[in-house]
Amino acid sequence: MKWFRGGGITGFIIRRLLLGLLVMFLVSVVVFVATQALGDPARAILGRDATPDRLAALRKQLNLDSSVVGQYFHWLGGVLHFDFGSSLAAQEPVGKLLGPRLVNSGILVLCAAVISVPVSIAIGSYAALKREKTFDTVTSNLLLVLASLPEFVVAVLLVILLSTSVFHWLPAISPVPPGHHPWEYPSELVMPVATLVFAVAPYVARIMRASMIEVLESDYVEMARLKGLPERTVLIRHALPNAIGPVFQVIAINLAYLAGGVVVIEYVFNYPGIGSALQDAVLNHDIPVVQALAILIAGVYVLLNLFADVATILVTPRLRTRL
Amino acid sequence: MTTDQLPEQQGATTDGGAAVTVRNLRIETTRGVAVVPDASFEIAPGEVLGVVGESGSGKTTVGLSLLGHARRGLKITGGTVMLGDRDILTMGDSELRRLRGSQVSYVPQDPASSLNPALRIGVQLREVLEAHGQSDNKTNDARIAEMMREVALSDDPAYLRRYPHQLSGGQQQRVGLAMAFANRPRLIILDEPTTGLDVTTQSTVLSTVRDLATSHGVAALYVTHDLAVVAAVATRVAVMYAGRIVELGPADVLFESSGHPYTRRLVGAIPRLTGGRSLVGIPGHAPSPGKRPSGCAFAPRCRLRIDECETAVPDMFQITPDHSSRCIKALEVVDFKQDEYGEPVALPESESDKPVLSIENVVGYYGSTEVLHSINMTLEQGEVLAIVGESGSGKTTTARSIAGLHHDWTGTIRLGDTELAKSARSRSTDVRRQIQYIFQNPYGSLNPRKTIGESVGQPLAVFNIASGKQAETMVGEMLEQVSLSAAYASRYPDQCSGGERQRVAIARALISKPSILICDEITSALDVSVQAAIVELLGNLQRELGLSMVFVTHNLPLVRSIAQKVAVLADGNIVEYGETAGMLANPQQEYTRHLISDTPSLETATGEVPAAALPHDRTSPA
Amino acid sequence: MSATEEAPALAEGVDTPTPPVKSSTLLSRSLRLWRTRIGLVFVLILVLIAVFGPIIAPHKPADFMGIPNTPPGGGALFGTDYLGQDVWSRFLYGGRSILVMAIVSTAIGVVIGVAIGLVAAYARNALDDILMRLMDVIMAFPQIMLALVAVSLVGPKAWVTIGAIAITTAPRVARVARGAAQPVVERDFIGATEAMGLSRVRILSGEILPNILGPMMVEATLRLTYSIAVIAALAFLGLAPDPNGANWGTMIQQNQGVLATQPWGALLPIIAIAFLTMGTGLIGDGIARTAAGIDRERGDE
Repeated sequence: MKWFRGGGITGFIIRRLLLGLLVMFLVSVVVFVATQALGDPARAILGRDATPDRLAALRKQLNLDSSVVGQYFHWLGGVLHFDFGSSLAAQEPVGKLLGPRLVNSGILVLCAAVISVPVSIAIGSYAALKREKTFDTVTSNLLLVLASLPEFVVAVLLVILLSTSVFHWLPAISPVPPGHHPWEYPSELVMPVATLVFAVAPYVARIMRASMIEVLESDYVEMARLKGLPERTVLIRHALPNAIGPVFQVIAINLAYLAGGVVVIEYVFNYPGIGSALQDAVLNHDIPVVQALAILIAGVYVLLNLFADVATILVTPRLRTRL
Repeated sequence: MTTDQLPEQQGATTDGGAAVTVRNLRIETTRGVAVVPDASFEIAPGEVLGVVGESGSGKTTVGLSLLGHARRGLKITGGTVMLGDRDILTMGDSELRRLRGSQVSYVPQDPASSLNPALRIGVQLREVLEAHGQSDNKTNDARIAEMMREVALSDDPAYLRRYPHQLSGGQQQRVGLAMAFANRPRLIILDEPTTGLDVTTQSTVLSTVRDLATSHGVAALYVTHDLAVVAAVATRVAVMYAGRIVELGPADVLFESSGHPYTRRLVGAIPRLTGGRSLVGIPGHAPSPGKRPSGCAFAPRCRLRIDECETAVPDMFQITPDHSSRCIKALEVVDFKQDEYGEPVALPESESDKPVLSIENVVGYYGSTEVLHSINMTLEQGEVLAIVGESGSGKTTTARSIAGLHHDWTGTIRLGDTELAKSARSRSTDVRRQIQYIFQNPYGSLNPRKTIGESVGQPLAVFNIASGKQAETMVGEMLEQVSLSAAYASRYPDQCSGGERQRVAIARALISKPSILICDEITSALDVSVQAAIVELLGNLQRELGLSMVFVTHNLPLVRSIAQKVAVLADGNIVEYGETAGMLANPQQEYTRHLISDTPSLETATGEVPAAALPHDRTSPA
Repeated sequence: MSATEEAPALAEGVDTPTPPVKSSTLLSRSLRLWRTRIGLVFVLILVLIAVFGPIIAPHKPADFMGIPNTPPGGGALFGTDYLGQDVWSRFLYGGRSILVMAIVSTAIGVVIGVAIGLVAAYARNALDDILMRLMDVIMAFPQIMLALVAVSLVGPKAWVTIGAIAITTAPRVARVARGAAQPVVERDFIGATEAMGLSRVRILSGEILPNILGPMMVEATLRLTYSIAVIAALAFLGLAPDPNGANWGTMIQQNQGVLATQPWGALLPIIAIAFLTMGTGLIGDGIARTAAGIDRERGDE
């Protein structure tokens, strides 16, 4: 952002927010063009042998009669009021349909984040300290394998191991009934959360290890040791704050990835979240729901990146003081 | 403490008064290759011992071993480092920790990367006191303020709340010095602390080091590649070559009547401020650990070599009680006149009075900042014009504007009668061919994925000069001309040393037969002996080919060896512009006078030039 | 090691960026690591199964073989699935489309991404900003979501899946390519070619590209791993081009419910996918480690 500087940390956040809004605006254009402006959504929804009457009715419901630009702004106006129209399949407002599912998925992602972030930072840091020793070798190979496995493969393997073929410890599916909350069924949360943790932790741990190794080899850590500082001070005061900066970006990207990754995992565990909602909507050509979810998930990505940028700035004085 | 600064009094080899005594120190890689096979020396309290060596000589490794520290991949495998009556090398971890930063402290090479970017400098100063048992805040505040004043920095609490990046390079290094002296150590290791600093900053850092060591009676080990710096700061000098100390003695003795051929050649390779002398480089380069010959490591590059040199590593030979050399011909060498400075060079007068390059009212910008303010200069046929300045003076921007690599300028640059377009891309092929540019860093200026032959031959293809067999022959000839063999054509840059790469860059610039050569700090990344060899080569080629040359440098003495005319730049202005010899002997401007007096040089150290002859004297030793 | 012998004494205190090694050298060097070899063996075995499986399969994938969900033995080596089809034959048929689609979509995405990243890094101006903001917009959609939406709008055709994955792969590659190219662009040999007046296309393709091939190979294997996962996941969600065809992802979905009685129907394809992605992951890590190892050796003073 060469075009504007100044304003300190608040100024930076404002600039970053504006940029996020710009990206979101472009996202909304992409979503709109992809779902509504190209082709004939009414026909796509109703199929080839739809009667002209039904097509006309649907066109009216989707506001397809006005110009494309007009349609877009009408749609955008709704989006800005959190009004995504009505679900075609369920015939109820998208907001009402997605609300509880949003909470369910949020719980899942939150649990996964709260567990995976500290654990992976700890593993990565410790592996860096014990570089090329047994702990490091074992964890880095394990993390590499885990990072390579697609999350639905991990999910099905967990089901095989913990609830069907080998042990029968946990429920194989997690169908939280409507009107209930997932925390009422903690045992049903274990496997979906574990799968998400396995999907995120390896990446964060690997980047933490790399970042920590770089910092441990830096001149200022060598200098801190040559100043005669106790090893604990060297690690906690000198190494850790510098090592964690680059990791925020990776955490953000991975948590945003979770927002997409839940699609498959919720399907495996039959968990009523936004992921399974998206899959249903796709199968039913429920365009308003698809639009809402696409905007929502993209928004999560933009927001998480914003948080990561701010966090990085906060732990890096060199960047902070130059704002 | 100041009276025993005279060399004859503390060069004594007795261990009695020494602050630190190193005996038979051996450092190996973890794979068992000796990096430093056997080093012995001692330093008296209040004495500064200079350890001089070129890259890979093991000087930093020796310095760090005095703190009981070896970098990753290295380990100390033998010898003793006695600090008083304690051997540092036998200490356990916690004992070493208590020693470091209190009894023995370290000033690193690069202050920018050695201060923690995430911590305020006050915190970093305070923790070195707290780590060694001083927990009283009041006392520490007072001590920190005192240290800051000693290194001529502000003791204002607001200043201490700054982060390292908010300080200049010189200020960062002075924080490093304050940290090192905080606990009043007995021994301090300085690892090239002025590399990368401007001469003015370097000069103040050097005098701070000298004053602190003297006034507190601290023994100091000063590691550097720069003999002129050693001359300014050290009382005694150890010269290292390929992991061994090859000569040890008082500084002035080493510079005037050295007993080792390497030291002799090294002194001869240093550019001089006075008496225009051509530089004589040392052919070849130092062997890396594991590839060192069984005998004297310098033998392959030595003119005095006899068969005996190659059978075994020579022992240290005592020339006088405080001067020893690792050369079997030491007594012979010591009697030589130091004549290898090279002959005084008569720089050719230019014949025509029509400039080949003229720069008129050039104003340069970076974005909206004006970095060059109305630059005017001309370059005659066959002449070398040096542009001298400190970092940020605009010297490189001027050079890049001439070459069309910097586009953001106004004014006129003419090549002969042709007015040049701003960017190289919008100039004609012939103009681009006629102006060639050589870059500072030979490690960055060659594409690592292209062979030397491809790189050197590239201009032939781009300028449509030659192709195929003919191009191959021309590349081979050009490589020979820069004292490489045609066989280098098939090598990759990473198979060449820095000096060899810079020769390749020269070959690439000259193969298209340009009329103007622009050299941008082309020797600043090289060792002294290699620098001399490159300047020697460049001078010869320039005279042979009748090239006109713009030579950009921060190194004032170097100018003397190559340029007829000098332009001194500061803050984007030409401060002084004129004939080299006249200007260096009799500078008209205050800035030029400062620049000359702040430049460490052998003359001031060895008394070749009476210190009084210089306008003001901050660098010559006490 | 041999590389240290080639390393010349570098000038102290000078910034000497490590010269990237030739890509062929990088590949052959990486094969000295066990992880690369193991990864290569995994991938080779699965590629062989995917390519030659349909030839050696005892039955057609959709042939009715007997009672549904019979255990292994008799006419079917690994039993039959929920429709009474031969699990072993379906497994042998099921890898080809995943592998082909993954390779094609990754290749397209990597080529586009590298091109955009190079242009952005070399532009160093507004074009760089614009390109990267556009990449941000695409990256805001997770790969699987964009693929799902595309399939729902156009239908589960192979080219739709390939296109969706290529489009989502490109910006991620572009970011890495730009990051790798930026330090190269700053180096003086680029300035030297600019002073000669070499065309921009030649500078990008002849001077910069060869210097980022190492990190790009690592990125390509990583992206291939992701592509395989997304394509298999789409089939697992019931959105393969042929919803009833033999496809490892589809097989897992169809047989997931009967894991207790007929585990092979789901297990065989799970093992196949797991080993395939582990293989590409190990190869990528091997190359990355080799490149880093070369960096470290050269970093020795």
